[in-house]
Amino acid sequence: MNSSSINWTALGVFIFFFALVTVMGFWASRWQSGGSANKGAHLDEWGLGGRNFGTWITWFLVGGDFYTAYTVIAVPALVYAVGAYGFFALPYTILVYPIVFLIMPKLWHAAHKAGHVTAADVVFGRYKSRKLELAIALTGVVATMPYIALQLIGMEVVIKALGVTGELPLLAAFVILALYTYSAGLRAPALIAFVKDLMIYIVVLVAVVLVPMKLGGYGVVFASAHDAFAAKGGMTGLTLKPAQFLPFATLALGSAMAAFMYPHTLTGIFAAKSADTIRKNAVFLPAYTVLLGLIALLGYMAYAAGVKVEANNDIVPALFNAMFPSWFSGFAFAAIAIGALVPAAVMSIGAANLFTRNFWKPYVNPNVSAEGEAKVAKIVSLVVKFGALVFILFLPTKFALDLQLLGGVWILQTFPALVFGLFIGWFGANALLSGWAVGIIGGSWLAYADGIKPVHTFHIGADSYTMYTGLIALAINIVVAVAVQLVFGKGGAKTPALKH
Amino acid sequence: MRLLLLLPFIGLLWVPFYNDELPALFGFPFFYWYQFMWVPLTALIIWIVYKDGLRKGIE
Repeated sequence: MNSSSINWTALGVFIFFFALVTVMGFWASRWQSGGSANKGAHLDEWGLGGRNFGTWITWFLVGGDFYTAYTVIAVPALVYAVGAYGFFALPYTILVYPIVFLIMPKLWHAAHKAGHVTAADVVFGRYKSRKLELAIALTGVVATMPYIALQLIGMEVVIKALGVTGELPLLAAFVILALYTYSAGLRAPALIAFVKDLMIYIVVLVAVVLVPMKLGGYGVVFASAHDAFAAKGGMTGLTLKPAQFLPFATLALGSAMAAFMYPHTLTGIFAAKSADTIRKNAVFLPAYTVLLGLIALLGYMAYAAGVKVEANNDIVPALFNAMFPSWFSGFAFAAIAIGALVPAAVMSIGAANLFTRNFWKPYVNPNVSAEGEAKVAKIVSLVVKFGALVFILFLPTKFALDLQLLGGVWILQTFPALVFGLFIGWFGANALLSGWAVGIIGGSWLAYADGIKPVHTFHIGADSYTMYTGLIALAINIVVAVAVQLVFGKGGAKTPALKH
Repeated sequence: MRLLLLLPFIGLLWVPFYNDELPALFGFPFFYWYQFMWVPLTALIIWIVYKDGLRKGIE
């Protein structure tokens, strides 16, 4: 493979599909806009697609939004690098669904009844605390920014694999994305998600059948990976070392709890037509998890195919370039790049909704009309995307990765404030705010002291326990919230039980 | 019924239980096909709990 020259066939296929979704993106503003009560300019329209997405649209949207392009690049890269340990993505994306099933229909009811658009809206509605609302909104926006930047990295990797150099293509792709998100709102990624998901399904199903067939079967794939890890010294392998058990399990659980605290995943929930839509999706969304597990195995196939790369993130594009004709590589890279557009759009919409509802409305213009809200959110979505682009173009990639990792720790700290109130009325706003603050500071400090690593090791006597830092911070968060509630929470600070 | 939803957590978070290469299935070591198996199993469990909720008239 000569990566310095442009692969014209692949590029042609890539541009065709990119152009197709661009047209769809602009057309999307007219799609599914019939049945809503708030026709025209309203944040519910632009920011939540009219709150009218049924089971199918939600399935494609949340699937396209949660399993991001970066996942397709980074999960196989991690599995390629560290073996079984990188496979925590599978239990993570399985366990997320019982959690979604139990929590998200309740959250939907709370949001639907009061017309809430964001997580911070729900928290304010529940606790009537502007401080707690701001804490949740700020965490959401800050955790989302590096996540958008990561999608750009995913797009950068495939553009590079097409043999195209320079930053202009990325810039062009992003300007297009920004414009149709501005004009069509959540409907654009919802419509594009259909194309993206179908393309990714085709790419992955073809890859996981054809690649092992060419290489001699899955037995050979696993055996090559096994030998490669053994040759590297056997620190990692096809199964976990005992020291990896606890980090593996806590990363899976912590990530599963954090996944639907992000603005982009919650936007998919709030945009659903009914609680039943969400319950059905908890049953059917695991189909994407099968896909993710298969994608992860591409990391092992790279060993069997003898693919060598300088950066682990190039492993999937390099594997496709080595195994497939260039038209199919172009199709696969288009699938990944479009796979970056969907989450990037929903993330910027989620962040824009938070800014508008939980910062602009309470602090800048309390009398803002529904139409004014939509205007502000549209402009903010441009600013957010531009910020992510500047991030990628002018700062080292590692910075975005580190911040994304910290973002995961931070967003998990919003779990008690957002979720506990749906089930019990015992906690007051101050207790939850204290827990959040200590969780954010403690988690960041632990991660920083460890050199921005996702796991922290405790030494108790001769034993050591390594766990996901976000989960440790969440434990501290909850302990502090309980303690503050016990000490200061007597009397009126409790929150009335939720009824619907 | 909702307690059934605990099963995937037990099955997947108790790592030593499935951290083996054997028995392999279609070339997949146990560690991998066991985790893959939990995907349809979890979907099925959620579906059972969902249907039960419908019967009880949960909105």
